[in-house]
Amino acid sequence: MEWETVIGLEVHVSLSTRSKLFSGTASEFGAAANTQANIFDLALPGTLPVLNKEALRMAVRFGLAIGAEISKRSVFDRKNYFYPDLPKGYQVTQLDFPTVGKGALSITLGDGSEKVIGVTRAHIEENAGKSLHEEFHGMSGIDLNRAGEPLLEIVSEPEIRSAEEAVAYLKKLHSIVRYLDISDAIMAQGSMRCDVNVSIRPKGETELGTRTEIKNINSFRFVEKAIHSEVLRQQEVIEDGGKITQETRRYDANKDITTAMRSKEVENDYRYFPEPDLLPVEIDDSFIEAIRAELPELPDQKQARFIAEYGLSSYDAGVLTSSREMADFFETVARVGNDAKLAANWVTGDLQALLNKNNWEITQSPIQAERLGTLVARIVDKTVSGKIAKSLFETMLDDPAAVNDIIEREGLKQVTDSGAIEKLVDEVIANSPDQVQQFRDGKEQVLGYLVGQAMKLSQGKANPGQVNQLLRDKLKT
Amino acid sequence: MALDKSEVEKIAQLARLHISAEEAEEVAGRITDILALIDQMQAVDTSQVEALAHPLDVVQRLRADEVTEQDRRDALQELAPASEDGLYLVPRVIE
Repeated sequence: MEWETVIGLEVHVSLSTRSKLFSGTASEFGAAANTQANIFDLALPGTLPVLNKEALRMAVRFGLAIGAEISKRSVFDRKNYFYPDLPKGYQVTQLDFPTVGKGALSITLGDGSEKVIGVTRAHIEENAGKSLHEEFHGMSGIDLNRAGEPLLEIVSEPEIRSAEEAVAYLKKLHSIVRYLDISDAIMAQGSMRCDVNVSIRPKGETELGTRTEIKNINSFRFVEKAIHSEVLRQQEVIEDGGKITQETRRYDANKDITTAMRSKEVENDYRYFPEPDLLPVEIDDSFIEAIRAELPELPDQKQARFIAEYGLSSYDAGVLTSSREMADFFETVARVGNDAKLAANWVTGDLQALLNKNNWEITQSPIQAERLGTLVARIVDKTVSGKIAKSLFETMLDDPAAVNDIIEREGLKQVTDSGAIEKLVDEVIANSPDQVQQFRDGKEQVLGYLVGQAMKLSQGKANPGQVNQLLRDKLKT
Repeated sequence: MALDKSEVEKIAQLARLHISAEEAEEVAGRITDILALIDQMQAVDTSQVEALAHPLDVVQRLRADEVTEQDRRDALQELAPASEDGLYLVPRVIE
């Protein structure tokens, strides 16, 4: 039977405010255990929450970026459960009146096609602390630094149909929140986390199948693998005549399988009710419009501009706008190099290959944008050939000297002096009588061989266009 | 709507309250009375009434995003029954 996969994602991003959602405690990543946990965060009696305006502003900023409805009135609720890393015994979240309502974002798939994925809502809530279960004489250790840190939970519609689409959606979300500067969204550090709801149904069926939820996946690659593995498991269960149980599962990356966690408590068991310690939050048009006025150029807009302004392909423009840092890097290379397409080729080609090989981000590039721009400029003004530029690039990795100095010192300048090229061409003609005869007999493709010989003789420094032209002229006579 | 003993036990479990078997019977009766009151309230036509999120007719005051609290871990951990390496220790919990 042919199956269709239905996926909905719940993504939590930590908002990069200076202080916590409801208290004036610092909210930095990586501080020593419990040094960012004060009386409110520990839920000592008598403490009361006061909402952080910046967290609200960031949520609205996200909402506007995905064209979502912004609620002028939102209400916080308590979600009750007991766990030692949740000191209050409830998490403050937004159930019925979230700050951000329906929106959408578009993703680009492998074949270049676009798909719009609906976002159901995004609500503000507080994070829990962290439990450590090892090495405390049979006790668990609790670190409450993260407790009360502001999160934005972004819930997608079940409109994602494959692991590939899920990863494209996540990457887009990642890119948007980073462009907006509202979160670092580093999955490995937990500042972006993802729960995946997966179900399958026979192709053509319109009812949704029973879903399972895979919790807390912390990399794009694991999201993809976890979905593949869970879809296969569900198919096997159903094809063997079984039924899918609605449950929470975890992904075991070592074994590449998902396993069941505690049976999901039904929704009512969280006994949500409006948080009596917080009043309804009201914002007005001027609050929203001030945030809209400050929105940066977003990935889709930047991509469209790169296509229009620089004449780039949609694919290249997509790669170059995947992060703001990448886009800024490219624009510097293009400006200094004075040739946007060539700049795009270098950034998405040689540079990207180097970054991939070393697992570096663009911000870790050993070659700064200005230097790569200078390299491009030297190709454009024909100081170096495209081929020599590749070895120049290699040299630049370990050599911090100015690009122009390296070209001078290493003698990489392209030979454009026609006298010198004529000498090369004459030498090649003299050394290859057979090929010369073949060319004169009408075998055009031999010219490539002869050009190659001349280039080799010049150690790659001759201008190939000039060599080509001169060879033709000489052989025709 | 009447609540039976097993439902009381479930609610007690969720709230981490210990209720003995005899108490459960009595509590079930009391909660059933409360639910009767709620039934009575739900019979009122509220279609023209706006939902109330909070009894006070004011809105939430917002706080500037500033760090106003200092690290007081050592003093706070003196209040805890057990701590080590900066962590609060609790009876082992495993999902």
